[in-house]
Order: sequence, then structure tokens, then C-alpha cells
Amino acid sequence: MSISVDTRLRKGDFELQARFVAPATGFTAVFGPSGCGKTTLLRVIAGLESGAGGLVQIGEEVWQDAKRRLPTHRRAVGYVFQQPALFGHLKVRDNLVYGMRRRPPRPALGFDEVVDLLGLGALLGRRVPGLSGGERQRVAIAQALLSNPRVLLMDEPLSALDQVSRLGLLPYLEDLQRTLDIPVLYISHALDEVARLTDFMVLLGQGQVIASGAVNDLLTRLDLPLAHGGEAEAVIQAMVNSQDERDHLTELGFSGGGLWVPRVDLAPGTLVRLRVRARDVSLALQPVSGTSILNSFPVTVTGLVQDGPAQVMVSLKAGEESLLTRVTRRSQRNLAIEPGSRLYAQVKSVALLA
Amino acid sequence: MSEGLVSAADLQALLVTLQLAGLSTLFLLVAGTPLAWWLARTASRLRAPVEALVALPLVLPPTVLGFYLLLAMGPGGPLAGLSLAFTFGGLLLGSMVYSLPFVVQPLRDSFAAIGDQPLEAAACLGAGSLDRFRSVVLPLARPGYVTAAVLGFAHTLGEFGVVLMIGGNIPGETKVLSIAVYEHVEALDYAQAHVLSGGLLLLSFLLLLLVYTSGFGRRVTP
Repeated sequence: MSISVDTRLRKGDFELQARFVAPATGFTAVFGPSGCGKTTLLRVIAGLESGAGGLVQIGEEVWQDAKRRLPTHRRAVGYVFQQPALFGHLKVRDNLVYGMRRRPPRPALGFDEVVDLLGLGALLGRRVPGLSGGERQRVAIAQALLSNPRVLLMDEPLSALDQVSRLGLLPYLEDLQRTLDIPVLYISHALDEVARLTDFMVLLGQGQVIASGAVNDLLTRLDLPLAHGGEAEAVIQAMVNSQDERDHLTELGFSGGGLWVPRVDLAPGTLVRLRVRARDVSLALQPVSGTSILNSFPVTVTGLVQDGPAQVMVSLKAGEESLLTRVTRRSQRNLAIEPGSRLYAQVKSVALLA
Repeated sequence: MSEGLVSAADLQALLVTLQLAGLSTLFLLVAGTPLAWWLARTASRLRAPVEALVALPLVLPPTVLGFYLLLAMGPGGPLAGLSLAFTFGGLLLGSMVYSLPFVVQPLRDSFAAIGDQPLEAAACLGAGSLDRFRSVVLPLARPGYVTAAVLGFAHTLGEFGVVLMIGGNIPGETKVLSIAVYEHVEALDYAQAHVLSGGLLLLSFLLLLLVYTSGFGRRVTP
């Protein structure tokens, strides 16, 4: 089961030419700089761009192909707009049931469940003009979910919110990420949202799909723009192994070894996502002793590329996971770092994402 | 109003006037809706000329309008077969042309103010085009409908020039209030002219007050 898109659209000077296949489960990031066609791509999938030809297929449902094109209201799509588009003449409850009446929801995700999931119980009788930005966006997400979509399209749902509302909405999105059984295409140009919420990424640039694949594969691919500069990072999957009560540390295990992090209150066996910045990773020829850095594990160099005049970005493999590190060219020469080199990575800090 | 204040003939004229204003407003709201919708949303090159045609009755002397309507309805005119000249039906058609911009323009503006987004959201939630019009456009355009109805009605009440040309002043059929006022003044019966004129003035003021009172003209904003 997958989402297949192969479309072409010309709008004035802008041309979108997008072709990708994404899994029909989980959150998929649609990522790229402003103006690269992210919103247009989602609009094409929803059937809101009348000039767009080509294929849009969600699982077994073909929404458009060379022969025919379903109008938007015949596509079971949930669309969460950047600016929430609620109906100002209806109360919150009536906004929520608008889609339900037209496409009855599945019992598994009915009215009460969705209201619970997004914490809307207290808002049902309210009028739309009195809602805050964060509340509107939650109502909009619930409205979309209640229309029984085959796919949920979210166009930067956090971007129109202030920092406080943004932090308030994020936990709801993380809940959705854990509980939803339909695929979500999530537009973002913030890498931390992508790292936190999504598993798969469609990377756009100037109206074209540059690459698509698992988030961490794309983050650490040296031929892509993500693996450049001081903010480059990798996301790895790990599991809580044990707690060290005396030092208030938690041991996490991943396929390439173990990591100690400041204590997190999660039961052993819990899966977690870790962000490892390229600038927090350094390399050594031998396992290092006599350092304050706790985390060290063996790695194999898989590639390197010039990154600025003095530095190179190095991609590493540790077990199944890919990491990045940025070292000076001098270090690269001194340590004779080249593809295939076996070294030891030292990780200064990691961030727990979810 | 007592018998003494308004004559039976004037009452008849009032009745014809109210019927004329009511019916032409109703028909205009129905016929003006698709026209206003098209004007609000089309990208066609025909939009500007159609817009200008719709606005013409705002600037043309009503007698000019009435003159061409008379030619159209008269023998040899394109509408001759309908024998509309000097009938209530003819007057109704004339009033609809005369009040067209007063109904179409407020509707067009309120449709345009809704924008694409509520409609796109409704489509994504499974609403087809008629359903979207009924469940989203009509409620959101309600202030526009109130304004259009009141302006269309009030403007038709005051119609004179068009009626003069195509009405024929037949009591109970085409004799309206404004004509009655004119006749009273001609006959130097200022008292009767006052009663009718004052009444029309008050009614028109109250109708306009209705439009501008926040309760009715309130915009529904998201």
C-alpha cells in the first residue's frame, strides 16, 4: 500500500513536476524551502488545482490518472490548511459534523474519540470567531479527521501560530502520529518538526522532487542539501535499556551500540527517536579513554564531501543507523579518513525527540 | 390609514407599488444570484462588459431606459409577442432592469468576500458544488442578501421615469405611487401629495435603516 503521485502543473512562471511514491502509513514530510511547490503539491493531491494532470493514487483508490479525474468532493481527503478554514457561521460542534454528515466516519475514530484526541470537549458550544489560533487549528484537524479521509494533508499547521500555541499543539500532533492509521502528508520547512514527527520524506526544490525516502536516509545523504552546514543532523531509532539511579542517567541502545543520556522517565523497552547533530560528533582512530564524553562507539565511514573551505562532511554507519560529522580537512588528512575507514565516534550530546 | 386620509385610488396605487416592488425584488434575487456568482468568480474577459451593462441603470436617465423598453415591447420590437406594453408584467420587467444593479452588486460583493478557502474546505469535506452553495455560500452571504433585497425593494418603490414610459397609468394595473404623487401635484392637491410623499419617505428611510443597522447588515467573519 502506498501513495503514488506523478503530476505536472504549470501556473504562470511556476512549474511543478512531482513524482514520488510514499508509504500509505505514518507521517511523511513534504519538505523544502518556501516557494518550492509544497502547498501546490498538496492541492494537486486534493484535486484543488484544476490544471494538474497525471496520476494521484492513494492505496488502491485512483483519484486521477490519464483517463479521469475525480473532483475534490469525491476524494476522501482531509485537508488541514495553513490558516485554519473553519466555517464562521457555524459553532464548533457543527463545524466538526460538517464532514461527518457527508462522509460518515469509521466507528474506530468517531466523534467522541476525535474530540478526546484533540481535547475539544470544552469548545463544542463555542463560536469560531472566539477561538484562539491553536484552538482553531485543533478544530480544523478534528474536522478533517471526522470526514473519514484516506489520507490527511497538513499544510504547515504550526506555522501560523505563536511559539506558545505551537508548543501547545505539538503534543497533539505527536499523539496523532502514534495513533492514526491513515497516512499523513505533512508540509514543513522546519527540520525539527520533520525529525520529531515524520518517518518518510519527500524533498522538494523548485517544483521538483529532489529525493524521497526514509527521513534519516535523506538527512544523511551527502548529495542532498540537508547534509550541509552547521545544522546538519541525523535521526536515529533507539530503545530505553536501563536506568542508572545513582548518576541519574538512562542507557539507550541502538543497532550501533549504547548511549548514556540524562535520565528520562521512560520504561525499558520504550522506543525513542534521537537527534544527533553533526557538530556534536567527533572521530578518533582508537577507543578513547581519559575524556569526559561518555558515548563512544565504532563507525564505518561511508562517504565524504567538501562542506565549506575548511571542512568536510563525513557520513558514518553505526550498526543500521547513519550519522554525520563535520571535521576539518586537516583532521581528515591526519586521520586518513576515507570511505571504508573504521573509526570511533564520540558523541557529545543527543536530543530525545519523542 | 383612515379613508379620509388616503383615497381609494391612492390605496390601489400603493397596493400596485408594493406588489411591483415585492415581486421584482423576489425575481431579481433569484435571477441575480447566478449572475452575481458568475461576476464574483469568473476570470472571463466578458466580465467587464457584463459588469458595465449591469451598472448602466445606475447612471442612465430612467426615461432613456423606459424609452428603449417601450420600443422593445412595442409593435415590431423583440418582445412584441409577449404584449407587455402597458401591463403589470411589462412594468415588472422594467422594474427588474431598473433595479438590477441594486440587487446584483451587493450579492456580487458578498460572494467575492467569501473567498476560495471556505469553498475548498467544504469540497475537501465531501460537499459537492450545490451543497457548498447551500451550506456555505448562502449563510455566509446572508448580509448581502438582506442588503440586496432591501435596496432592490426600496429602489423599485421610487421608480418613476420607467413607469412613465411603459406603464400607461392604468389604475389597479400600472398606476404606482410615484405617478399618483405626480398627478396630485399637477392638480395642485398638495395635501394628498404630502400624505403619499411623506409615507414613501418614511418607508424608504426605515428600509435603509434596516440595511445599516448592525443587527441585519452584520458580516459573518471566520
